[in-house]
Amino acid sequence: MFSDADIATIVLTLKLATIVTVLLLLIGTPIALWLARTRSWLKGPVSAIVAMPLVLPPTVLGFYLLVAMGPEGFVGKFTESIGLGTLPFTFWGLVVASVFYSMPFVVQPIHNAIEAIGTRPLEAAATLRAGPIDRFFSVVLPLAKPGFLTAAILGFAHTVGEFGVVLMIGGNIPGETRVVSVQIYDYVEALEYANAHRLAGALVMFSFATLLCLYLVHGRSALRRTRITND
Amino acid sequence: MRSIHRLYLAVLALWPPLSANADTIKVAVAANFAPTLNELVAEFEKSSGHIVDVSSASSGKIYAQIINGAPYHAFFSADQTTPEKLESAGKAVPGSRLTYAIGALALWSAKPDFIDAQLRILKNGQFNKIALANPKLAPYGSAAVEVLEKLDLLTATQAKWVQGENIAQAYQFVFTGNADLGFIALSQIMQKGEITGGSYWLVPADLHTPILQDAQILLPGKNSVVTQQLVEFIKSDLAKAIIQSHGYQTVDKP
Repeated sequence: MFSDADIATIVLTLKLATIVTVLLLLIGTPIALWLARTRSWLKGPVSAIVAMPLVLPPTVLGFYLLVAMGPEGFVGKFTESIGLGTLPFTFWGLVVASVFYSMPFVVQPIHNAIEAIGTRPLEAAATLRAGPIDRFFSVVLPLAKPGFLTAAILGFAHTVGEFGVVLMIGGNIPGETRVVSVQIYDYVEALEYANAHRLAGALVMFSFATLLCLYLVHGRSALRRTRITND
Repeated sequence: MRSIHRLYLAVLALWPPLSANADTIKVAVAANFAPTLNELVAEFEKSSGHIVDVSSASSGKIYAQIINGAPYHAFFSADQTTPEKLESAGKAVPGSRLTYAIGALALWSAKPDFIDAQLRILKNGQFNKIALANPKLAPYGSAAVEVLEKLDLLTATQAKWVQGENIAQAYQFVFTGNADLGFIALSQIMQKGEITGGSYWLVPADLHTPILQDAQILLPGKNSVVTQQLVEFIKSDLAKAIIQSHGYQTVDKP
C-alpha cells in the first residue's frame, strides 16, 4: 500500500514524536510543577513564553528558528562553540524545534492537573515526613495521572501533525527530516493526489485513534479540566 | 422614496472612485514571478485604468484552486506542464498559452568571494550544505539537478543537499547562512538589473533544459476584454524590459 519512501517518512515521524514526547515530559513537568506552586512575579512571563507557539504561525516560528539556529544566530553560535555544528537540516534540529513548538500542549495539562490537586494532600504527606521527591512520586503523580496522559498524547499527536516548522528548518532530507506531513505536502504540490490521499488517510485514521484513546482512557471529566484546542 | 434616494446617494459616495469603465480582473501567479508581475500590473493599471487583483501561491496550489473553481481570469505559471494540464482538464481557453519569461539559474552564496568562475568550492566540496528547490516540484530544482549531472558532481554533492519546497525557500536557506551556497533563480538576487549581494555563478543556459514559464487565459477570462489587454501588454516591449530587469529572459515571439 505504501512505497518504501512513504514508510521511511512514517518511521521517522514516529521516532521524532516519541523522542519529543519523552523530552517534553522530562522538561515540561518541572516547569508545570513550578508554575502550579510559585508565587513569583515570573509566573506570568514564563506562562506567556510557554504558550507563545500557540499564537505564532508555524512557518513564521520556523523561519526565526532557522535564523536563530543558523551560523549567525545566537543558538547556532552556541551549538557551534560546543562542537555540535548547526542544527537546521538535522534530525536533532527537528527535535529541538518540536520540543519548543509542542511545549504548551504538555505543560498546560500537567499544570492544570497539579493545580487541581491543591496543597492539602501534599501538606498531609509532608506531615508524614515524605520528602519532595517522595511526595512527587507517591502523591502528585498518581493524582495528576490523567493530566500527564493528556499531556503525553497531545504532545505526541501535535508533533506528528507538525508541518510549518519542519518545512522551514528541515530541508526535506530523506530519513533525516522528511516527515509524513512534508511528504503529503510534496505529493499535493506535485499533483500526485492519489498518493497524497493514501498517506493523508492514514494520518486521519491515526489522529482519530489517538484522540479516541484520549477520550476512552480517562473519561470526560479530566478532559473538561484540561480543554485544549489542537490546531 | 426619499430614503431610498438618500441611500442611493450614500452608496454612490462610498463607491471606490473608479473611472466609468474600469473593470477588475483576478490573476493568479506563481510565487517566484509575483514581484515582477506586481510591477507589470502597476504599469498596466496606470495605462489602462483597469484593476488587476494578484494572488500568488505555488503553481501546484494554484492548480488545485483552479480545478476546484477558483475565479481567476488568467494564470502565470512557473512552468509549462501546469498550464498544459489545466488546458487538457478544460479549465483554460485552448491555445491561449504563451511563454512570458525564461528563468535563469544561478549558483549563489551570501558570502562575498565564496564562489569563483572555476567553481573550486563546489568541485572540492568545501561547503557545508547546498540548497536547491525540490526537483520534483520546481523547474529550477530539476534544472539544478541537470547542472550537477552535467558537471559530474551529482553523486559527490547529494549527501549535502537540502531541498526547499520552492525556490524561495532555497533562497532562505542560503540567505540565512544555513547553507553555504545554493541554486536559486537569478531573479531572486536581481533588482533593477543589479545583483544585490554575495557571490554567484550564472549557470550557462546550455547546462539545463530551458525554464520556460507559461501564462494562459482561464475560462472565467474567456470573454474578458481586460484580460486580453493584459496579455497583449505582457507581450509589449515595455513589459519585456521590466521582465528582463528582474533577471528573466523573454522570447521574441511568445
